[in-house]
Amino acid sequence: MRTGLILGALLAGLALAAAVLSAFWTPHDIARLAIAEKLLPPSPAHWFGTDHLGRDILSMAMRGAQTSMVVALVAVAIGMGLGVPLGLLAAAHRDRWPDDLVMRGNDLVFAFPSLVIAILITAVFGPSAVNAIIAIGIFNIPVFARVTRGAALPIWTLDYIRAAQVAGKGRALISLQHVLPNIASLLIVQATIQFSLGILAEAGLSYVGLGAQPPTPSWGRMLAEAQTMVTLTPHVAVIPGLCIVLTVLGLNLLGDGLRDALDPRLRVLR
Amino acid sequence: MLRYLLRRMIVMGASLLAASVVIFSVVELVPGDPASFMLGTGAQPETLAALRQQMGLDDPLPLRYAAWLGAILQGDFGTSFTYKTPVAPMIGERLQVSLPLAVLALVLAVALALPMGLHAAAQRGRVGDGLAMGAAHLGIALPNFWLAMLLVLVFAVHLRWLPAGGFPGWSDPLAALRSLILPAIALALPQAAILARVLRSSLVETMGQDYIRTARAKGLSRGQTLRRHALRNALIPVLTILGMQFSFLLAGAIIIENVFYLPGLGRMIFQAITQRDLIVVQSAVLVLVAAVIAVTFLVDLAYAAVDPRLRRA
Amino acid sequence: MIRLEDLSLSIGGWPVLDRVSLDLQPGITGLVGESGSGKSMTALAIMGLLPERTVTSGKVLLDGMDLLALPERAMRALRGKRIGMIFQEPMTALNPLMTIGDQVAEVLRIHEGLDRRAALARAREGLDRVGLPAPRFPLTLYPHELSGGQRQRVAIAMAIALRPDLLIADEPTTALDVTTQARILDLLRDLVRQDGMTLLLITHDLAVVAGMADRVAVMQAGRIVESGPTEAVFRSRSHPYTRQLFTASGHRPGRQPPPPAGPLLQVTGAVREYRAADGGLRALDGVGLTIGRGESVGLVGESGCGKSTLARAILGLDPLQAGQIRLEGQSIGPGHRMPRDLRARMQAVFQDPFGSFDPRWRVDRLLAEPFHLTGRPADWRDRIGAALAEVGLHPNNARKFIHEFSGGQRQRLAIARALIIRPSLIVLDEAVSALDVQVRAQVLDLLARLQADHGLAYLFISHDLSVVRGITDRILVMQAGRIVEEGPTDRIIDAPRHDHTQALVRAMPKIPADWS
Repeated sequence: MRTGLILGALLAGLALAAAVLSAFWTPHDIARLAIAEKLLPPSPAHWFGTDHLGRDILSMAMRGAQTSMVVALVAVAIGMGLGVPLGLLAAAHRDRWPDDLVMRGNDLVFAFPSLVIAILITAVFGPSAVNAIIAIGIFNIPVFARVTRGAALPIWTLDYIRAAQVAGKGRALISLQHVLPNIASLLIVQATIQFSLGILAEAGLSYVGLGAQPPTPSWGRMLAEAQTMVTLTPHVAVIPGLCIVLTVLGLNLLGDGLRDALDPRLRVLR
Repeated sequence: MLRYLLRRMIVMGASLLAASVVIFSVVELVPGDPASFMLGTGAQPETLAALRQQMGLDDPLPLRYAAWLGAILQGDFGTSFTYKTPVAPMIGERLQVSLPLAVLALVLAVALALPMGLHAAAQRGRVGDGLAMGAAHLGIALPNFWLAMLLVLVFAVHLRWLPAGGFPGWSDPLAALRSLILPAIALALPQAAILARVLRSSLVETMGQDYIRTARAKGLSRGQTLRRHALRNALIPVLTILGMQFSFLLAGAIIIENVFYLPGLGRMIFQAITQRDLIVVQSAVLVLVAAVIAVTFLVDLAYAAVDPRLRRA
Repeated sequence: MIRLEDLSLSIGGWPVLDRVSLDLQPGITGLVGESGSGKSMTALAIMGLLPERTVTSGKVLLDGMDLLALPERAMRALRGKRIGMIFQEPMTALNPLMTIGDQVAEVLRIHEGLDRRAALARAREGLDRVGLPAPRFPLTLYPHELSGGQRQRVAIAMAIALRPDLLIADEPTTALDVTTQARILDLLRDLVRQDGMTLLLITHDLAVVAGMADRVAVMQAGRIVESGPTEAVFRSRSHPYTRQLFTASGHRPGRQPPPPAGPLLQVTGAVREYRAADGGLRALDGVGLTIGRGESVGLVGESGCGKSTLARAILGLDPLQAGQIRLEGQSIGPGHRMPRDLRARMQAVFQDPFGSFDPRWRVDRLLAEPFHLTGRPADWRDRIGAALAEVGLHPNNARKFIHEFSGGQRQRLAIARALIIRPSLIVLDEAVSALDVQVRAQVLDLLARLQADHGLAYLFISHDLSVVRGITDRILVMQAGRIVEEGPTDRIIDAPRHDHTQALVRAMPKIPADWS
């Protein structure tokens, strides 16, 4: 399982590095169109070839990584920022009205897959990367709320919570001091999972035109543009797809590895 | 049992109602009002006034919501602004593609995931487990629309076994089914991977329970305990995931329809968005959300069928 | 019948059993020892259900056939047919999704190849036999519809359905109330007699063995240190370890009854109801009690009698719906929260030494938590050092995490935490129930000493009369939300008056008085 963790960290780290690097430098300028150099196969000048407008695919993919990561990261932040407090609240008031309210609200949001939210927002406000962030972020809220609540409930039955209550601490303080630190590792694991799902969702949204708009490069739109050329020049479609697969795979392996490494039950055994 | 059923039905009704409020309000958020939004800036005042009247925009908001909901309950989803035809039959026609696609994908995903998860759990820690879970890891990371493109490349373009896109209609069921196979596979594979992983971990956890030890003490083999005792218990968390997956499949179908040029709900929605036809978008989204809520209800029923503890509650 | 010959066993390199030899004959053999001594592993070795990465040597002989050498397929044919087993936790030992009829019938179906109908008919007989008769307990019941004792009966019915030669019972009554325990033990005794079965009864409780077993083996750290006929072993106590166990299990700390003083805590007419699906449940039904300054009072009752609800109300965790709690003259009426200064007069020690401390906090922070009520004094670090010393731990433990301590040490830390703000009353909720007898004796001594030093009052809550016997002056007996009897500890145990108290005393496992 160690190998999974290392491989995951490696892949995710590579994608992250490419994303960060692309903010300062890419091998070629992606704003420059060169129709004469369109659809070139991979070569020393263009490692991954060029697309239908003659842009360097490696450079595009690097900037695409940036788009994906920013969207997914902000969406996770939205989900955690709202979902975790809601989940803590629900667990602290188990089976009372705050719990019911949070759980029913969760059910309602779960009825709106992020694509559907994106469709609604886009229909009204027009497409943009921000819409993608909002759509994915909203869907992340109930995910984190549910995971937080589920992990917090068993903690609330433990005697150290009763000891804290006997010491006069209220639910909010106990949630903050005792519950949150003890479920933090689980939330970190969930965050990597939602991060990877966010990358997939962003790719899907930009593929159908509900995400990042031209000229912002994104893996999903690169695939959409490549679709008509896929039979003639497969590399145009293969590279962005591989980027998505490897990044998501890396994040998932990282999440799994972290779970094993952080699981207290396993730690005691060692 | 009846009590549980009744409570779930009330929850379902409330969710539907809340969802309709959300969808209705979001459309109200458009800059200006929905009518001028749909017509764009260069609209004639008379046309605008006519559309406003048709949409009832001069009435107060709650009244309009009530009228909209009342009409929907009678099967009237309004008239499409672009096609000038009633929306309800349009959606019905598109559902004939989207719904079979989602169901086919779901069946395929379950059919793949069940043996895979069982096998991996039975082989826990051995090569078979490693291979199955490695494949699952890869499957989860695959964007379904990219997988769709690759499938087209291989099975339609090179091998010419199946059509690359389009839909001949249900008048020729065999041809219709053939054109849904590749899209369904593209949708099902990533979902099957998720399902297999959930099933495996659920099974592994269940196999550590006390009652499994009891079963072994009775003289059952590992395989027998897995099938007779662990599987049913492990199915409970799997059902939750299955219910959520249907909503992902429905959403995924919208994207996949674009790869295969299938005349489903998804294509209709995207056309409507570009044409600013809010009435169609609103109705289609409502149908999608209603489908998700209905599936959640079915999952609740399945819970009760599996778990006797719920039947009493 | 079954003989263990030099059975040694290690898991992942850790030695667990060391040359265990044991001869099991028809009748009841008790296997006693403290937790971690290897009792359960001995049982699992006989069943061939050892965890992975286990290395064994020696022999487990059944009619001369070595079970350790038997292939899994052959072993499967023996499990449930010639060797049956029941486990400690009846609440989780049954499949929650399968009817009790089908679960009992399953044994018959796999071993005898009966069809479902025939197997169910035999399951019916089996359930009748273990005291779950037909009209009240249909085969179609699910485990969640039964109590803990009833579920243990189902487990027994499964284990004896095929009249096995050997039945292994691993702490079969530890999770049950005393009266339920007594009934289950009676059932096991009857079944052994009727079927001429061999029963290996694994327990930590010397008194249970004394009342049940014909022969006994005492286990310590993976070895059998002494074995023989129960009475002989228990009378002679020739091995020092046996002697230690005996001394510890009957241990009563030397303490003086407190001088009479005014009341510290008074509860009057306490009522608390819970809303349940089928009508309300009155957990507290007009409870009244008084605890004097420096007094030690036991509150005894079976699970669900309301004692935990009462403890929560006294500690101010749940407000009462009717009645009053008066502490040092200040009173809290129904529906009111307890003010801080009042709460600071009370602290608590809970049952679970493993769940009582946040695993991510260090000892100093853990012990300082009650200062939340009083404000943290400037010399708090010295206070913690002093509290650690007082419970017999070195002050340099302050920077350690909780997983570095044993169960007994953790309970000492819990006591230190309760003491840190100098309360007048400590509520001890099953505080020593989870401890092994020797550790329990030490903790009881500590509690007695602290009481004498600080003039503390204790409310000692337990389901087990024998636990509170040595440490209390007075006992309250609770049943169905009411206090049904109260009186001096010795009087309650020697001459109980209320039916329920009599039942509790009768059910208490005892070592015959003339054995010592």
